[in-house]
This record gives sequence, C-alpha cells and structure tokens, in this order.
Amino acid sequence: MSTLAVQDHGVGQGHHDHDHGHHHHETFLTKYIFSQDHKMIAKQFLITGIIMAVIAMVLSILFRIQLAYPEKAFPFLETLLGRFAPGGRLDTNFYLSLVTIHGTIMVFFVLTAGLSGTFSNLLIPYQLGARDMASPFMNMLSYWLFFIASVIMLGSFFTEKGPAGPGWTIYPPLSALPKAMPGSGMGMTLWLISMVLFVASQLLGGINYVSTILNMRTKGMDLWKMPLTIWAFFLTAILGVLAFPVLVAGVVLLIFDRSFGTSFYLSDIVIQNQQTTFEGGSPILFQHLFWFLGHPEVYIVIMPALGISSEVIATNSRKPIFGYHAMVYSLIGITVLSFIVWGHHMFVTGMNPFLGGVFMITTLIIAVPSAVKTFNYLATLWRGNIRFTPAMLFAIGLVSFFISGGITGIFLGNAALDINLHDTYFVVAHFHLVMGSAAIFGMLAGVYHWFPKMFGRMMDTKLGYLHFWLTFIGAYLVFFPMHFMGLDGVPRRYYSFTEIESLKQWVSVNTFITWAAILSALAQVAFLWNFFYSIFFGEKAPQNPWGSTTIEWTTPVEHIHGNWPGEIPTVYRWPYDYSKPGHDTDFIPQTTPFSQTLASNLPHDFEDNPVSLEEHKQWVNTQRSSEKEVK
Amino acid sequence: MFLLLGTNLVMAQATSSNATATDSGDTSAQSAGMWASVGYYTLLFLIVCVVVAVVGKILKVYDLTLQMQGRRGINWNNVMATGFLIFLIAGIIGVYYSFTEQGSMILGPASSVHGKTLDTMFWTTFGITFVVFLGTQILLFTFLFKYKGSDKRKAYYYPHNNTIEKIWTVAPAIVLTVLVVFGFLTWRKITNTVDAKGEVASLNVDVTGHQFAWELRYPGKDGKLGKKQSKLVSGTNKLGINFEDKNSFDDLAADTLVLPVNKSVRLNIIAQDVIHSVYMPNFRVQINAVPGLPTYFKFTPTKTTAQMRADLDQPDFNYHLYCNKICGGSHYNMQKIVLVVSQAEYQNWLANQKPYLSDQLKKELKLADNTLYKQYQLQNSLASNN
Repeated sequence: MSTLAVQDHGVGQGHHDHDHGHHHHETFLTKYIFSQDHKMIAKQFLITGIIMAVIAMVLSILFRIQLAYPEKAFPFLETLLGRFAPGGRLDTNFYLSLVTIHGTIMVFFVLTAGLSGTFSNLLIPYQLGARDMASPFMNMLSYWLFFIASVIMLGSFFTEKGPAGPGWTIYPPLSALPKAMPGSGMGMTLWLISMVLFVASQLLGGINYVSTILNMRTKGMDLWKMPLTIWAFFLTAILGVLAFPVLVAGVVLLIFDRSFGTSFYLSDIVIQNQQTTFEGGSPILFQHLFWFLGHPEVYIVIMPALGISSEVIATNSRKPIFGYHAMVYSLIGITVLSFIVWGHHMFVTGMNPFLGGVFMITTLIIAVPSAVKTFNYLATLWRGNIRFTPAMLFAIGLVSFFISGGITGIFLGNAALDINLHDTYFVVAHFHLVMGSAAIFGMLAGVYHWFPKMFGRMMDTKLGYLHFWLTFIGAYLVFFPMHFMGLDGVPRRYYSFTEIESLKQWVSVNTFITWAAILSALAQVAFLWNFFYSIFFGEKAPQNPWGSTTIEWTTPVEHIHGNWPGEIPTVYRWPYDYSKPGHDTDFIPQTTPFSQTLASNLPHDFEDNPVSLEEHKQWVNTQRSSEKEVK
Repeated sequence: MFLLLGTNLVMAQATSSNATATDSGDTSAQSAGMWASVGYYTLLFLIVCVVVAVVGKILKVYDLTLQMQGRRGINWNNVMATGFLIFLIAGIIGVYYSFTEQGSMILGPASSVHGKTLDTMFWTTFGITFVVFLGTQILLFTFLFKYKGSDKRKAYYYPHNNTIEKIWTVAPAIVLTVLVVFGFLTWRKITNTVDAKGEVASLNVDVTGHQFAWELRYPGKDGKLGKKQSKLVSGTNKLGINFEDKNSFDDLAADTLVLPVNKSVRLNIIAQDVIHSVYMPNFRVQINAVPGLPTYFKFTPTKTTAQMRADLDQPDFNYHLYCNKICGGSHYNMQKIVLVVSQAEYQNWLANQKPYLSDQLKKELKLADNTLYKQYQLQNSLASNN
C-alpha cells in the first residue's frame, strides 16, 4: 500500500492559484459555449445527453407502436416521418434504422458520453480536490467533438434513404454493401464518420480523466482514500482508452471496404445472383474488432453507474459502503476480465467452437465480481438508517435491475444455452435490464444527487418520487415479459411477428409492452420538468444537503473558477465514515483529521500507518486507565 | 401513499382508455380526424399533468396544515419504505402471474437429442438463479423497509468482514464452475459435427441463405453432396454447384426442409450476400450463415411433425426455420417450413424431388459432351436395369 501513498502536486497547484488570483472577465461565449471549466463542461455533457436520451426514447416508442399494432395505419406517423412511413405504416427498412439509431444513441451518446462525460468531469476534480482537469482545453475539445458527432448522427435522418439500418453492431457485409439495404447507404457513411469523431472525443476525455486522477489528487488523497465513484470513473476511462481505438480500426477498415473496394470483411459475395469482386476477407473479423470494444463498452456503461450508486447508497444508508476494498478489487477484476470475454457475443456466428468454449469460461468468471458487488450493496443497506431521497430510490432501482438482468447473463454466457437464446428477446430483456435500465438509473441517481452541486438549487423531491415509481414499475413491465418471448424463440429486430405462424401469439404481449413503454416515457416528463424548472426556480441548495463526507461538498454553492476559494482542503480519512460510533454527528467529512475525532477512531483506520496505530493504542490505553481511576 | 397509488391508477386508466380510443378511432384515416385525435391525446396528457400538479399541491397543503396543528407532517421516508414493501409483494405476484401466463407460451420440450440435454441444463440453471433472484430481491426490499431511517437510530458502523466476503466470493465461484463444466462439455459435444468412426453417417443437407430466402439441396442416390463454388453462381445455377464433381449430378433441390425422424442430420450452411442465421428453436438449433465461411450444425430430430400436432392439439402446427440475424428489410419474413417425418415417408418424399440439374443448366454446361456426365448416366441406367 505504501507504493500508492500520497502524491504531491505542488507544481500544478501553484499555477492554478496564480491563475485564479486575478478575476477572469468571461464573455457568454467563453463561459457557456467554449468553456474550459470542468463544471460547465459537465453540464454541457449532461444536457446534450438528456436531449439525446429523449430523442432515442421517442425512436423506441415509434418502433414499439409498430410492434404493438403491426396491421394498423397511423396517419400521424406519415405526417411526422413522410416517406419513411408511407400510408401511416413504418417502412420495414426504416424500422431497422430506428432500432439501429435507438441503440447507438443510447449506448454511446447517452450512457457513455452522457454518463461518464457528465460525472467524470464534475466529480473527478471535485472529489479529488483539484482546481480543474489536467487539460481543460482537451476537455473542451472532447465535448465539442461529441457535439459534432451527435449532430452528424441525427443529421443522417435527413438523408434520402434514411439513417444507418444494420443494427447498432453494424455487422458487414450488410453494412458494407449499399445494395443490401437502404440503411447501408449515405446514412451508414454518416454513422461511421460520427462514430470516429465520437471515439476521438472519448479518448480526449479518457486520457484527461486518467491523468487527472493519477496526478492531481489533493494532499492526503491516496488511491485508497478515493471515493468509489472516482475508482469507477478511473477504471472506466482506462477501459475506454484501451478499447475504443480498436473500434476505430474496425470502422476504418469498413470505410475502406465500402468506399475503396477493399475486402477486409468480404468474401464470396453474390447479390441477387450477381457476382462481385470481393474476395478473401472475413465478416467474423469485424465481429472480433467490434466486440473487442463492444464488450468493454457495456462495462464502460455500467461501471460509472455502479460507482455513483455506491456513493449514493452509502450516503443515504448513513453507513460505510460494505467491503470498500472488495468493491475496488471487483471493479478492477471486471476491468481486466472485460477484455477477454468479447467472444461470448459470437458463440453461434461461425467462430471456431473451441474459442466459444474458452470465452464461456472467462465470461462466467466475470459473474463473480459482479455478484460480490451486489452482495456488498445488500450488506451496506443491512442495519442502515436509510433516507429515501430520489437519488437513493434510483440507486436502489439500479441494484434491483442489476440483479434481475445480471442473472440472465448466466444463461447467455453459457455457450450451449446461448444456441437457442442468441439474438432473441431474451437477450433484449437481459441487456436492457442490466446495462440499459440499471445504467440509466445510476445516471438519474447521479443527477438527483449532484444537482445541488451542479446548479446550486434543489430538485423537487415529490416529483422525483413520482418519476422513480413510474419509471421503475414501467421498466419492469416492459422488460420482464420479454424473457418469455425469448424463451419461445422470438427473434429481435423483426419488423412484425405476423408472418411466422408460431410467433403470432405474442402480439397481445407486445401491445402490453408498448403501453408500458409509453407510460414510462411519459413519466420522463416529470423528470424533464423537474430538471429544467429547478435549474432556474428550484429551492436554493445548502452547502452539504445530504450530509456527505466527500470533499466536493466543501466547495461554495456558487461556482467559482478553481473550485475552492482558498487553499484546497487536505484529506485525512476514507470517504465512508458514516455513523461512526463515538462521534456526535452521523458523518465525518474526509477533511476532518483523526486528531479531532479521538473518541471515534478505530484501529482499522490506521491499518496502513503503524506509527499512528501505536499512538491510537496508547490513547485507548490511557482512556481505559483514566476510566478505571474514575471508578 | 394511497394518494400516490391513486395517481398511478389515474395514469393507468388514462392509458387504457387511450388504448381503446386508438382501436376504435383509427379506421378513418382522414387528416382532420388525425389532428383531432392527436389533439385529444395531447389534451388528455395535459389533464393528467394538471391532475398530478393538483394532487401535489393538495399534499403540500395537507402537510402544512398538519404541521400548523403541531403534528408531524407526512413522513415521506416511511411512505417510500412501505412503497418498496408493497412493490416486493406486488412484484412477487406479478412474477408468478408472468410465469403462469406468459410462461405457458414458451417453447415446449426440445424435439432433438441434444436439445434435451440443453433443456436439462436450462432448467438447472433456472433453478439455481431463480432462488438467487428471489432471495436477493427479497433481502433488498425487506432491508429497505426494516432499516428505514429514523432520527432515533444510528446506523451500524460495519465497514467490512473478510470472512463473509470470502464466503460470497467463493460460493458463486463454485456454483459457476459447476455450470461452466456442464456447459463446456455439452457445447463441445454439440459443436463436434464430424461423424465418428463406426457411427451411422449423417444425412447431409445444404442450406444456403440469401436475401430473403433459404435454398435447400439434398444429396441424390449416392448420398453425397457435390461441391459448391460461389464464383459459379448465376441465374440458372443459383447455388453455384460445381459439375466437375460427379457427386453433383444427382443432387436434388427441395422447397421444404423434410427430415427423417431419429436420424442424424448435418446441415451445411452458407450465405451468399449478407450474414443470415439458421434458427430452429424447437430443435434448439442455431448457427449463422456467413458469406465465404461454411458453418455446420449436426442434430437428431426426435419427434415428427404429426406427433407434435397430436401432443399440442394443434392440427396446423409446423416446425419453422427462420432467419435470426438482421439481414435487411424482409428479415422478419425469411422462413422455411420444416417437416419431420418417418423414414418411409421421407424416402417417398425424396423420390419425388426434382434434380438440381435442370435441362437449361445441362444445355448451358454442354453436359451432352461431358465424359464425366456420360459415365454417370451409364452407371445410372445400369443401376436401374438391375
């Protein structure tokens, strides 16, 4: 542990102090648009993420309507979508485009950029005690590349043949042959360009997060005193930096295949009995490259959410997180293992079956750290003093979804069982619960929890309650029945289930799911209203509304450049001293030295510090002897 | 809490009335009618919003009056804790309902030999995980109720316990190891598609996917499929059969995938344009069809279509093969009917199938002058003379 001891950062700090001494004259442009302040960039990421989430949600409602009423025409759809819904019925190819863009936006633009972008930017400097990110300029670039990527992705709706349509996994040859479907035309090109920019944005962000965490922690903040949020963001950023470039490699080769006649992914292609010149490539190669990112990607999505919920659950249970070290080690375990499990997406794709067996072993190993995390959450709640803030409700929702969705992963990770479950609604149910709903609940928990820090005002609690219950119940109503559809062999990405005799029985269930989805979508209005209204008219926030121990709550409510007005506080203890016996309040901030809390100190606090441990023992002994004297 | 539930009910009613309204009001697709119904729903939603706002205000006023009278206001913390308890109970009922209602709609027992092993494995995994699912969810929600916050209590400071943590790391690891070993062995067995020595040779059937149909090819009397080459695909030779291979001459083209019961079948799968996937859930069979990469699946059907019809009491039941990898606009309708029949019926059916080698193809390939083909014809006539 001594190797991880305190890192000094005197050099950087001096510069910042100087910087922040004389006041900036910021224009609207530098303050709100091309801001280099981590707090403003976090807000930019959050609001862009929310807008993208609403768009992706509306897309999902559109295709849910098609699944619920496959035989019915909705004239309004034609008014809304024009040629993509002739006669009020969705075009089959446009249906696939909707599915594709829904997935892409949700996974990348909302749950990667919107989640990590917001909270890494907000919390890394705040919780570590830094004036700003290591490179504020790179941070700004990261946001603007993300913004351009978003605009291009949405812009593909205005191309003649519509946006990309081969599914968010864009497997070639479907995505490589413009002749194969309208969604492989211009829309696909824009998708690829957008993703390259997106990855550039993620790399700029990720490198920044990693270097800030490693170099800019305040005095006393060694790695084992970092809140779990920071651990999660740190490992997420490492995953992103290592995995995203591989996606770019895959995407660039695909661009070559599409535009320059190469055959990296193509071989023996005959379209409508017409010969092509492609020869010698392999479609499986793309799948390897894609899932080498794609699987770490799902952990990039869920780990920040787990970090946030650890923080929120500990704070609102008024209890230390159970097994802090185990939590960190399981995050590390997940990070390392996530690089060697990608093949479980490819059990039945024609990959060598021996490899399938190997990937199955690694996949089921990764379930162990995930299980440990779940049990630790439960142990944290046990004998807590639980306060149900909206943030806490969403964090609890995350745990529930993480269990429900995680458990089905044990079926899908088993290559033999995957034979019959692959690409069915069982998979749809699985990942929408475990990484979709769980991650979005983690994000919402973060928004409710740190809203006061971001905007200096409070969100309305009652509306938060309403939002939670409708969304929580709605999400279960939507995704739970899908398991059974999968067990009946209902394939995903089907435009309708009316053509195959054995699938017709599911239309009524689909109608039910669609109405549950509409209900949960409408519930988001409660959130949007609450969020935007509270930015301007919410109750003024106190400095530390939740009684938290972490140091972001020692900054003033009004944002200032450089975060802390004077010196950056020094950290003396871990971030989870809640309800420590012998102390008068139920939390001790990280900035309180042990010398001020002699009555509540425990031998455990000095495990890595033998000198202090000795002092502590002496103090306890003198206390005991003086007690005896009194008697 | 009841008021909150009330709003939930109002929302539910509103949505269900929406549902019926859409059903009845949609037949006339007039533009005016459309805008009227759009306006109607918008109005309905706004009313719901107003109701929510009014209920919120009433709650606030009620809360304030309680406080003015010197009593404690609504304890929302307890309301939420009770909410979670109700959710747990309602959830368990809901899970039970879902399992009986939708659970009865899932696939029946597998109609293939390896499928039965998979079923056993599935239900074992289900048994273990369902206990964990129920246990953890019950713990989660009862803890929430039991340890709801109060000013009188302080939480129990309990940062870690290495023994407990070791137990719940090792326990899932052991369970998962068992499942992995079971799964790994089964997987290896299923994916071994080569007939072992001494084993009765499997029936080879060729399945080729293209947008948006499946093409089938059966071996002729020699029991062997001729070679294929994608470069030979043309309008008349749709599968690109290589007729320099003498096994090709008697190959048969078929419309339906007819399989003899209790006989090992090996599907030789490939795609021509994009990736497709051969999916037959009743047999627990799935493997992608990939352009340029042949894939295989070997299985043994154990139940004829007729038996299934009788067992399910569905006279129109059919096994299906459908595409399960997104492949374009008509992906949702890329299917084949599969018939499992007795050995005798199969032989009968096979005898009626047309050869792949059509007259037009014969002309195109100038087979009349081909020595190999002449040899084949000679053998054939000798065989029929015997």
